[in-house]
Amino acid sequence: MVDYVRAQERRTGWLLTIPAIAVLALVFAYPILRAVWQSFFTINLGNQLSPAFTGLDNYARMAQDGRFWNTLWNTTIFTLATVSLELVLGMGIALVLNQSFRGRGIVRTIAILPWALPTALIALAWTWIFNDQYGVVNDILLRLGLIQTGINWLGNPTLAMISVIVADVWKTTPFISILLLAGLQSIPSDLYEAQAIDGASPWQSFRQVTLPLLLPQIVIALLFRLAQAFGIFDLISVMTGGGPGGGTETVSLYIYATVMRYLDFGYGAALVVVTFLLLVLVVAIASFFLNRSRKRASGAV
Amino acid sequence: MTTAFPENQQTTVHRPSIRRFILPIAVALTVLFCLAPILWELLTSFKTDDAIAEIPNVYFPGPNQLTLDQYQKLFERRPFLNYLFNSFLVSLASTVLALGIGAPAAYALARLKLQGERIILAGVLIVTLFPPILLFLGLLDIVRYLNLGNNYLSLIIPYTAINLPLTILVMRSFFQQLPKDLEDAARVDGYSTPRMLLDIVLPMTLPALATTGILTFIAAWNEFIFALTFITREDMKTVPVAGAQLGGASPFEIPFGPIAAATVLGTIPLVLLVLIFQRRIVQGLTSGAVKG
Repeated sequence: MVDYVRAQERRTGWLLTIPAIAVLALVFAYPILRAVWQSFFTINLGNQLSPAFTGLDNYARMAQDGRFWNTLWNTTIFTLATVSLELVLGMGIALVLNQSFRGRGIVRTIAILPWALPTALIALAWTWIFNDQYGVVNDILLRLGLIQTGINWLGNPTLAMISVIVADVWKTTPFISILLLAGLQSIPSDLYEAQAIDGASPWQSFRQVTLPLLLPQIVIALLFRLAQAFGIFDLISVMTGGGPGGGTETVSLYIYATVMRYLDFGYGAALVVVTFLLLVLVVAIASFFLNRSRKRASGAV
Repeated sequence: MTTAFPENQQTTVHRPSIRRFILPIAVALTVLFCLAPILWELLTSFKTDDAIAEIPNVYFPGPNQLTLDQYQKLFERRPFLNYLFNSFLVSLASTVLALGIGAPAAYALARLKLQGERIILAGVLIVTLFPPILLFLGLLDIVRYLNLGNNYLSLIIPYTAINLPLTILVMRSFFQQLPKDLEDAARVDGYSTPRMLLDIVLPMTLPALATTGILTFIAAWNEFIFALTFITREDMKTVPVAGAQLGGASPFEIPFGPIAAATVLGTIPLVLLVLIFQRRIVQGLTSGAVKG
């Protein structure tokens, strides 16, 4: 009887799970495996898109491809800059939102707003903000007398990179503050009271209580953000299209152009595979620290 | 993480004198940081062309500098209501599908002992971190093979899939917190597993489904790269893509006013969602990320 119930339960379990697994396999596993396979072929306009097996040629080409290395460099800069800025700012906002003050509910609602809005449209808003003629950034700088003429923010590679980083920090900091705020609320307040009695300054109690106990949340936020920033597409595509002169072109924009503009499917597939492997590497390193921080946090309490 | 932020919970003890000065400033800065870009776009969308192009910028336009023209121009240029309808349809359909497929799987992973459960969960977790750029090439293949280009299904299926991991993680953590007594009682009363799920478990699950559904709706509404690739017919485009493609007649004539109007209209549905469901969003995000 028990065996019968077990068997029935197991059958139901699989019936409930298989649709989800099938959809995930179709949309996630198939494209990656397909890219691995395609990356061994040359499929481009040169051979009328008829696949020709060329082994590792695509990968060899990548090693020589200056544009690829440039996009990888840009992606790294963008990822490191946005994630670290967002972490610091997100922590600051989380600490503010964790205080008690009047109207806290409304402020918390406002603080998650940027995260929920469509990135492509937000990119339009920031393009307008950084506009060289009518942009509000230039207007403020001119009024403060910091500059004499308007800066062409999106017309210079370095400034354009700064602009997309600012836009991304605005858009994604709320995600980090939400996660960190949840972590802050799980820290028992008597820990702070004990610290205060010991005469610790706010900075000391932040270093000795908040930061260690918040480490798991910090690493989770890092993990998500590293992966998302590494694959950034919509924001940069709309704000600069990768320009000027490839100054903000990230790996994902290069992949998209390789496939959709140059119709170079084999090489595009190889780029997908390498990006995937790099991402796996980044995530593996981050999860290693996640596990260590989780152990340390559970040991501390 | 069942409780969203409880109010009036004092967590930090600092010297009050410092707090009295710093806290209001910090709160004001936070609000300014989060709202200023949105407000600027909102203001632009209601300005006349002359006021938009005035230097130095106009922050407090007079009555003769305000207009609804930008919205009118937007609707003259493009079928913007179509875009809103497309986004709504695709987001709603993929949300319903993600919940319909994901919640049962989450239940199975939380309650029924499956072989390979850990492998499935690990797979679901890893997949959350895949950026869509890695998928569009392979999906393009499928879309071509099944002739799904310019078909809503070419968006609904991938959107369902990218929302499944979050759905499974949030719902699974919900099911794990649900007391098992009711289900055991139902078993004793002779309910079959499917009947018990529909009659007993589903009604209790509705709030968690709503929480998850809001997150999946937002994600689907905001998706860009698949919508850009698989839909080329003007009247079938979604809001983010159509907004991004609002160019002028020449590269030198950028219609700032209509673009601002499009941004405002395209974000209003999400602003409303956030205003109404702030707590649920926070709850869903934290349980999805932290429990995972």
